[in-house]
Amino acid sequence: MALFPDPFDTLLTLQQALESFRSSGWLGSGPSGGGAYPPMNVFRKGDDFIIVTELPGLKKSDLDVQVKGNSVRVAGSKTVSFPDKSAVHRRERLAGRFDRAVTLPVQIDPNGVKAEYRDGILALFLPRAEQDKPRSIQVA
Amino acid sequence: MSNAQELAVREKQELVGKGEKTVPGRYYVPYADIFETDDALTLVMEIAGVEKQNLDVSLENDVLRVDGRIDFAKYDGMEPLYTEYNVGHYTRSFTLSNKIDQEHISAQLDDGVLTLTLPKAKEAQSRRISIG
Repeated sequence: MALFPDPFDTLLTLQQALESFRSSGWLGSGPSGGGAYPPMNVFRKGDDFIIVTELPGLKKSDLDVQVKGNSVRVAGSKTVSFPDKSAVHRRERLAGRFDRAVTLPVQIDPNGVKAEYRDGILALFLPRAEQDKPRSIQVA
Repeated sequence: MSNAQELAVREKQELVGKGEKTVPGRYYVPYADIFETDDALTLVMEIAGVEKQNLDVSLENDVLRVDGRIDFAKYDGMEPLYTEYNVGHYTRSFTLSNKIDQEHISAQLDDGVLTLTLPKAKEAQSRRISIG
């Protein structure tokens, strides 16, 4: 319909889509399905899955990502420091450690998992295992 | 440093009231730390997902304004299955009470954290008054 997609429209569509999938039961059966830090968004792209999480202020070296079977564990610690002899006016950023494991309801290929951390966003690319992919059945 | 503390989930704070936008969509208020040393005021803000070229910092009439835009194109072709947070642009402004040396403001963006160093103007730096 529209030749040029409106950038604000894309934003609104994405935000509405994210909102409508809030607290769906998809990860519900995991050991720490919901409510643990860091909050995660799970997307599907083609056959593969992508977990995106916001971890601003974390150093790459303080981040530990593990994959075993179909569970993914993200752990690390974040520090917030102030220089000596400074007067603190506002302190809103939180520091501490975190450890979260989620179990995906699909089989993933642990060898193909890729992790990317940029601008405070961690993205985990989880390819679906070959044997778990759906097959079309020919109707005779 | 109390590093043993467990990090808790905090809902992202949405922008409300003053400064409402004409375009639809959510804007978020970034969490900020502000501290002052003898010669500068430093603001540290968490703006995960904002790239350097999409960040706008301005200082006008003692109002410091930070605008960070998210690149939504990255989400193209991704279908949400389960979500725990929403994404949106960031905006926040502060009225500065200190006199700032506007020429020497420096900004640094690392791992989604923006650090703004605002050096105090010479006349605003505190001086020790000797009692004669």
